[in-house]
Amino acid sequence: MTARDEHALEMDFTVARHDFAAAGEAASRVKQVLRQLGIASDLVRRAAVATYEAEMNLVIHSSGGKVVLRVDSERIVVEACDLGPGIPDIELAMREGYSTASDEVREMGFGAGMGLPNMQRCSDSFKIDSSVGRGTTVTAVIYITEPGS
Amino acid sequence: MESRFHSVKLLEDKCKGCTNCIKRCPTEAIRVREGKAVINAARCIDCGECVRTCENHAKAIIANSLEDLQGFDYNIAIPAPALYSQIGKASGPDEIVWALEQLGFDAVCDVSFGADIITECTRRYIKENTLPRPLISSACPAVVRLVQVRFPGLIPHLAKMESPMYAAARVARARIRAQLRIADERIGVFFISPCAAKITAIISPLGSEKSYVNGALAVSDIYGQLMASLGRGGKSRPLYRGSGLGFGWAMNGGELRALGDMKALAVDGIHNVIGVLEEADSGRLSRVDYIEALACQAGCVGGPANVENPFVARVRMRDVSAGIDAGSMAASLQLACDCIDEFGEGYFHMHEPIQPLAGMELAENLESAIARMGELERIVAELPGLDCGACGSPTCRTHAEDVVCGRAIETDCVFKLRERMQQMAEDLLRLARMDLPSMARRDDN
Repeated sequence: MTARDEHALEMDFTVARHDFAAAGEAASRVKQVLRQLGIASDLVRRAAVATYEAEMNLVIHSSGGKVVLRVDSERIVVEACDLGPGIPDIELAMREGYSTASDEVREMGFGAGMGLPNMQRCSDSFKIDSSVGRGTTVTAVIYITEPGS
Repeated sequence: MESRFHSVKLLEDKCKGCTNCIKRCPTEAIRVREGKAVINAARCIDCGECVRTCENHAKAIIANSLEDLQGFDYNIAIPAPALYSQIGKASGPDEIVWALEQLGFDAVCDVSFGADIITECTRRYIKENTLPRPLISSACPAVVRLVQVRFPGLIPHLAKMESPMYAAARVARARIRAQLRIADERIGVFFISPCAAKITAIISPLGSEKSYVNGALAVSDIYGQLMASLGRGGKSRPLYRGSGLGFGWAMNGGELRALGDMKALAVDGIHNVIGVLEEADSGRLSRVDYIEALACQAGCVGGPANVENPFVARVRMRDVSAGIDAGSMAASLQLACDCIDEFGEGYFHMHEPIQPLAGMELAENLESAIARMGELERIVAELPGLDCGACGSPTCRTHAEDVVCGRAIETDCVFKLRERMQQMAEDLLRLARMDLPSMARRDDN
């Protein structure tokens, strides 16, 4: 973890491809950290769900990557970045029920095509940057105080 | 720091300052300081895990004594169903009721009957579709406190039902008031408790502005006297007795058996409960309708104020539960429904909201909490990660928490201390080897 300044917190969690046993650990840690910061429980839950979905996406689809948590007095940012393979059609990927997960992954009960939409539902602002062959960065922002207030 | 009432207390003269209890505490509420365990009142949930763990019996459960019966004109004992699992002699429930009366009680009302009432109320309550899923049983007060301290996000999921203990107390009070025409405050109701959490719930009630129970006696405190009376062969009937299913609430899975068929999950043992609540808190149990969660392994028969081995007690509890014949079972269940009709269903619901309890936060405001968290992560990264407990905190992480909150210093860690000593020794050696201007240069280094 690296602290940019003492008013902001940044922590990152490495997520390995197909490591289903460890999936959920980043979400648990995020929940613990946010709770210790005294953040309201509904925001903690939204951030934890977003982290879990981000983690699962990395486990299922990416060649591995990391989840970064950033908190300052105004917002919680959950960012998932990987170095591939990238999403060819973002609009399609955002459609509920659409998934490119393998049959093997589906048999494990994952890959229902709800990950990204669920992540978006939990965030106040949501962004996907992706290019095939280079990788994907998904950013979910949850405001602690209303922006501008 | 908030100072809430707790029935779990430390007996300082018995505490040897070992670190066994700090490791088992589910809310990391205990530290060893100056050779003695110290319990953080804001975090303690009275689960009694430390009472069970302490080999020196330095953790005690503070309960009432039989002398407290003197404060009332008429005393009613309301025994937890688990009491019936603690008696080794071949004594039936009627003999145990009689033995309780010999302690000075005028009447006995079984909490298993309260369990029958709450079973029926819960069954109706679950049908309301507007409630969040999964609902979490509020029967175990240690679990309710755990939710308040560690899982505030799950508070809306708690079933807003009174405990079987309260239900039994309220119907027993009403009946004696009506029968004997005495004022409510002259009636003393004492719970015979298998645990600390229930005792705390009497003194600082959950979901109710007043306590309907005046005090509690720990099973272990009255056990000797009870056993002495039991041999004498008397029998007596309680004001109300529960069905076999009501008695079954004392065992893990018992509440679910009473509630009948539904998508439910039962978990016992406080650390197992935490695992399940983590899942629920992350929204991963939405297909489960109801969670029965009991802090003690094997259920209330495994309570820390009991005397018997939990697993032996569970077998006895099963026998007691099965021994209530089918005819009286139907009668008890009908009587429970009659009570609900008489008092109204809402009577047995919690009337006050359950509030989150502070205790886990690093600081009061977000900015200082963020600064402390950054510092905490830096300290954790440099600690050995052995979680040895020698510093008096249960884990390296909690030690770092204590450092950033000003409750400990970094060199309380023996490894950190060793590092510092090594550094000082090296500095000392370097100084000792320095040449003095007045002396000839040495060639040995």
